[in-house]
Amino acid sequence: MTPNPLRVPQDRRLPRIAGPCGLVLFGVTGDLSRKKVMPAIYDLANRGLLPPGFALTGFARREWADQDFAQVVHDAVKAHARTEFREEVWRQLSEGFRFIPGDFDDDVAFERLRRTIDELDQVRGTGGNHAFYLAIPPRFFGDVVGQLKEHGLADPASDSWRRVVVEKPFGHDLASAQELNRVLDTAFPDASVFRIDHYLGKETVQNILAFRFANTMFEPIWNNNYVDHVQITMAEDVGIGGRAGYYDGIGAARDVIQNHLLQLMALVAMEEPTSFDAAALRIEKQKVLSSVVLPRDLSRHTARGQYAAGWAGGEKVIGFREEEGIDRRSTTETFAAVKLGIDTRRWAGVPFYLRTGKRLGRRVTEVAVVFKAAPHLPFAATSTAELTQNALVIRIQPDEGITTRFGSKVPGTAMEIRDVNMDFAYGGSFTESSPEAYERLILDVLLGDPPLFPRHEEVELSWRILDPVLDHWAERDASGRGPDEYASGGWGPDSADQMLERDGRAWRRP
Amino acid sequence: MIAIEQTNAAGIAAALVRARRNAGSPAMGMVLTLVIIVEDEYADVALDQTRQASREHPARVLAVVLGDKRGRGSVSASVGIGGGWGGETALITLTGEVAKHPESVVLPLLLPDSPVVVWWPHDAPPDPAADPLGRLAQRRITDSAAVARNKSRVLAELCAAHAPGNTDLAWTRLTPWRALLAAALDQHPLKVTGASVSAERGNPSADLLGAWLEDRLKVAVARHVSDGPGITQVTLDTKAGPIRISRPDGRLATFTTPNRPDRPIALKRRDVPELLAEELRRLDEDDVYAATARRLANPSARPTRKKAR
Repeated sequence: MTPNPLRVPQDRRLPRIAGPCGLVLFGVTGDLSRKKVMPAIYDLANRGLLPPGFALTGFARREWADQDFAQVVHDAVKAHARTEFREEVWRQLSEGFRFIPGDFDDDVAFERLRRTIDELDQVRGTGGNHAFYLAIPPRFFGDVVGQLKEHGLADPASDSWRRVVVEKPFGHDLASAQELNRVLDTAFPDASVFRIDHYLGKETVQNILAFRFANTMFEPIWNNNYVDHVQITMAEDVGIGGRAGYYDGIGAARDVIQNHLLQLMALVAMEEPTSFDAAALRIEKQKVLSSVVLPRDLSRHTARGQYAAGWAGGEKVIGFREEEGIDRRSTTETFAAVKLGIDTRRWAGVPFYLRTGKRLGRRVTEVAVVFKAAPHLPFAATSTAELTQNALVIRIQPDEGITTRFGSKVPGTAMEIRDVNMDFAYGGSFTESSPEAYERLILDVLLGDPPLFPRHEEVELSWRILDPVLDHWAERDASGRGPDEYASGGWGPDSADQMLERDGRAWRRP
Repeated sequence: MIAIEQTNAAGIAAALVRARRNAGSPAMGMVLTLVIIVEDEYADVALDQTRQASREHPARVLAVVLGDKRGRGSVSASVGIGGGWGGETALITLTGEVAKHPESVVLPLLLPDSPVVVWWPHDAPPDPAADPLGRLAQRRITDSAAVARNKSRVLAELCAAHAPGNTDLAWTRLTPWRALLAAALDQHPLKVTGASVSAERGNPSADLLGAWLEDRLKVAVARHVSDGPGITQVTLDTKAGPIRISRPDGRLATFTTPNRPDRPIALKRRDVPELLAEELRRLDEDDVYAATARRLANPSARPTRKKAR
């Protein structure tokens, strides 16, 4: 094939527009579809990144016609899209809307889906390229994937592709993750499976990579010679809201630590990849994840809790066990903290403390690299009383950026040193018009770019790390020592503070 | 905004520091200095457009108004930060003798090390790279579509004087068209045997699109005049049939390719803040524009219809 004369590598203004294709969305009524996926599709179209003739097919157990589905998408886009609503963009999109009513085990419905896809290839020119977005609970994955396979929807004709997108959670322990992967694997090769962790956008991953590997001044100190410990926090100020059905029995560790926090840890701790393609990155992340060790005594180095009724952010809130749909005796944790080590030359002896919780002080996700104190301070002890350890904080949410914390002399005749913060926000630079996580992911799926999101090996490695902790907690539950209560609107249970005190450290207030 | 009269570069620099301190010394994270050379009555509009673009590119913005060059020199400025602004701004008015030496005021106010961009929202010097302010910059942005008259001739002159770092918003306006055309050939890797561009009379973007297609496809590009707005249709002829993008209303286009159904596609005419934001995204040399400008400035090298066969 001759190269496209209009596309030259030097022409970096030209965005890559996805080739002809369509997306089939399972579970169109859920929050995820309405708040994230549909608006992201509109935003992509608005930016001119979707191909002409793009088709969106909804599949759900509703007696809807195509217009009803279009109305649902319209409302979702109006309410949640990040870019302005434009009639012409809407017209471009809406001609490609289709809806298939049916159950996930309904052969007739899947047969209709197959015919619809064939019809779209004819009238919209989607060229046999289709992605299936499973915005449904994981227990239905088996049914849907099985049906896709059975009706020949998973097998692309030559010169076309079929891909599948799944959301976290990727199982609830190692065994279920392997089972999930087996199910997907029966129909789709690994390269066609796109897993999305909606907490961790591609933009964030690339920001961390640029920060670590495009600069000289951080890498020399990024090791156990200078780093005392690392704290990775994801705090949410909200409770479980209406997600009781999903959350009860899952808990904070499975929901957040297994995927999001371990991914962040891998990105911060990994060695420099040989290139920035997805495969090279994956190798380095897998190396870190396979070097992770758990402390021997898990009861002293892990903590968990449930939020109690109280006041959070000026609002009166109920406790976790009083939430609608939660068992009064539930032992599901809404706060989890673990201490991990990484057995490599770079990180030996540097603990990584991971914590996450709901109903905490404020919404924040950050990685704080805390440095060792200077080995000698040529000042009087009174001069440095207010000086703590230097820290470098990679802020992920909200207001992505970098903060460094270092000592500085207080102006004046007395020699007094105090901590100051220096802050950089990406916010200024690129967030305004850069696509958000879902846009990037959907575009990756349609372009066929291998995503930076975890493949099944990483998912399984993460479960290998977390499974012993979960087993340990289950044993404690069995002996009547469930999660500790913690005050809503604070920073977690006392046991979490004690966990760091034992090591002579303290949690940062994020 | 802090207003200062009868000042100089050091006075403006001090006012910028003062403004920043008044705002609690926020981290600015500025990535470039943007110098705007603008007439007095358009200064507010240009600053507002920059404000929108600066969300993506926090910058120190120096709007320079060159007044009457006769009489005693006088520098006055109004300086501010914040207020929905991703950076800091100074509106500097030069009158009298100093208006002949604006670079003497601007040079000390450039951010250390960071790139400098100069933007002429309307009339630009015929050779921007030789302009005293243009010389300070890595990137010189003109807008041949915004000049009062003879837009095509102004563009041709700018192209003839092209120097690395020069760019024109008439080129930036083409990106969505070019992206679609490139995507069309991605999908249909066919040999293009001829092409045509329809646009309203005197549309510099259409001139550039024609030159780009000629340069890349090595075919003659026919030009047709339409009622606009802007470019209304582009056709690439192939053996399998035409690839055509037709946009009669400036908003919604119809995308026609061989053996595929016609499809609507949104193709909005973008406004200046969006163009400016795209322009500031990359500050290295735009090789494709350089080649296109060379082609446009040198019509004798254009392929003829006969040659194309």
